[in-house]
Amino acid sequence: MDFFPHRHLLGIKGLQPHDIEYLLDKADEAVKISRQREKKTSTLRGLTQINLFFEASTRTQSSFELAGKRLGADVMNMSVANSSVKKGETLIDTAMTLNAMHPDVLVIRHSSAGAAALLSQKVSCAVINAGDGQHEHPTQALLDALTIRRAKGRLSGITVAICGDVLHSRVARSNIILLNAMGARVRVVAPPTLLPSGIADMSVEVFHDMEEGLKRADVVMMLRLQRERMSGSFVPSVREYYRFYGLDAEKLKAAKEDALVMHPGPMNRGVEIASEIADGPQSVIGQQVEMGVAVRMAVMEALLVSQNQGPRA
Amino acid sequence: MTVTVLINLRIVDPSQNMDETGAIVIEDGKIVAIGAAATVPAGAEIRDMGGLLAMPGLVDTRVFIGEPGGEHRETIKSASRAAAAGGITSIVTMPDTDPVIDDIALVEFVKKTARDKSAIHVYPAAALTKGLAGEEMTEFGLLKKAGAVALTQGKHAIPDSQVLRRAMTYAKHFGAVVALEPRDPYLGVNGVMNEGLFASWLGLSGSPREAEIIPLERDLRIAGLTGANYHAAKISVPESVEAIKLARKRGVKVTSGVSINHLTLNENDIGEYRTFFKLSPPLRTEDDRVAMVEALAAGDIDIVVSSHDPQDVDTKRVPFADAADGAVGLETLFAAALRLYHAERITLSRLVDALSTRPAAIYSLPAGSLKPGSNADIAFADLDMPWIATAEGLLSRSKNTPFENARFSGRIVETWVSGNPVYRLQG
Repeated sequence: MDFFPHRHLLGIKGLQPHDIEYLLDKADEAVKISRQREKKTSTLRGLTQINLFFEASTRTQSSFELAGKRLGADVMNMSVANSSVKKGETLIDTAMTLNAMHPDVLVIRHSSAGAAALLSQKVSCAVINAGDGQHEHPTQALLDALTIRRAKGRLSGITVAICGDVLHSRVARSNIILLNAMGARVRVVAPPTLLPSGIADMSVEVFHDMEEGLKRADVVMMLRLQRERMSGSFVPSVREYYRFYGLDAEKLKAAKEDALVMHPGPMNRGVEIASEIADGPQSVIGQQVEMGVAVRMAVMEALLVSQNQGPRA
Repeated sequence: MTVTVLINLRIVDPSQNMDETGAIVIEDGKIVAIGAAATVPAGAEIRDMGGLLAMPGLVDTRVFIGEPGGEHRETIKSASRAAAAGGITSIVTMPDTDPVIDDIALVEFVKKTARDKSAIHVYPAAALTKGLAGEEMTEFGLLKKAGAVALTQGKHAIPDSQVLRRAMTYAKHFGAVVALEPRDPYLGVNGVMNEGLFASWLGLSGSPREAEIIPLERDLRIAGLTGANYHAAKISVPESVEAIKLARKRGVKVTSGVSINHLTLNENDIGEYRTFFKLSPPLRTEDDRVAMVEALAAGDIDIVVSSHDPQDVDTKRVPFADAADGAVGLETLFAAALRLYHAERITLSRLVDALSTRPAAIYSLPAGSLKPGSNADIAFADLDMPWIATAEGLLSRSKNTPFENARFSGRIVETWVSGNPVYRLQG
């Protein structure tokens, strides 16, 4: 399979295992480019990328920006805080305005599930979902998969424990779909208030006890717990959460000795993860950031170049 | 006096247990004779109806309109045209307008506008509490005298049980029906669709079925305590049906309704965030839908409503969670309901009962019957005519139909009010 038969990347759902392999292989190549002294290529020269971020995000937005620039695209960041969107203009009207500027790819992050899909129906360019509400964050799942594959050599048969606020996490949803598609074994570990309804039918094993959930795991993937959810609404307090669900050295012992520790960032040190673990030898959190740029380069190349080399699905 | 005789009809009128081929004799806007035995008086104008179905004009008791305050979505006039196209000759309008219909002047406004602009009967329901805020009761006695046919909170809940108790106690004295949509204001407050696996995959907050069942059970207890006439206006899960059956056994005066959407659609229709399927209560599972159809057929649910709720692109062409609830439904109500008949889930007679005779009885409206002496409000339908609903084909000002491009068998061909045609299918 040497082409990518999709027009947009709206989610991991809808991708076949060979599509995922294709993107990960491409991303491996992109890692090499990023490690060279000369990091700029001409793959997307002349093409325009617009980053449309309705939710503030430093790391994802810079990662997309850097990925576009390394491929030679012209990148524009649309800052929504100062725009007419805040004045009541609808998402669709914003999209139509941007569409009239003839971008080749729109990268969108929005607080509502389905926003990227809605946008994709109204514009004539490729759309990449950089996170839509609690729905999906496909490039995060791809960069997580790339990080695991490079460290473990494979995804199939790997046991991954996703821990923390699964309920509100688009990262968790995309990862559950991707890891299952690639033959990994997925566990979720969280207090019952932070798990979505029907979780047991999402092809995962559900644990409420952290040490049990981490037992013999190859990968421990921590999720961020937002501050407004820590004090009584979903969990009673930070200290109680940290005691039962924070990743510390003691709990990590339950996982395999060479288990990877991952976090999509930004981290709450002392809430969901202890500093010594975040900075410890098992942590691959820094690599995740590096893989992020590579994966986003791969996705953009796949949508804007490779996609045109074969029949569309 | 002109006498009109319509012959060659299949007449279904649950109010007189009639399902037979015959004629309808109309004089001075009233029905004077009906059925197989009806004879043609000398000098009458005769029209052969070619075997169409004739039924009492449909009565839709849950219709949201934009007038006053949201005329770009729907006016009383545009709603009445849409209703006529759907075979509906009487509608009960909801007070969720701007301003809220909570005062006699506003009830009179609706009635006057309807008299001037509407071809069908428009009966306003008034707000149970001022501004629908759920705090202070409105002037039930005066509102009723002004022409309000029921008291309701529209889309709004009454969180305070004490307020509800007093309102129901007071309403009982005036004999007014209290029609509420049970919805817990806290449980599943952020829910935008049915809670469950499907919502979880879509990343949407769910509203659990208990958010309907719990306030319904409270309402039923208060109805029992006060002796008021309570109507559960839109229920969506079989547990609600069970709660109502048990309350009836205890002697509570309760009736119930279900929207056509909950009888013909389920949560999977939402697909990839299709906002026209965002409703309140949310569309439930297929098992729930089937159970609601069974309960309707058995008479455990009394009536079907369109829950017509026009929304413009500004409230629907937005991400799912941000979109308004509601779907238009006046024009597709009967065609969609016929799906249940064609699937042999319900008899035609019971269907017409639930769409006309029963709602007229619950709201004490002069409708729902073709007995001699009644107004000649009649809907004529071809039970098998195939057609495809399109947004452009809708007469409603808003096009938010969940039945866009749906294939239907059966269609309203003509609608009469007081012996005069108010709608005729073109072509």
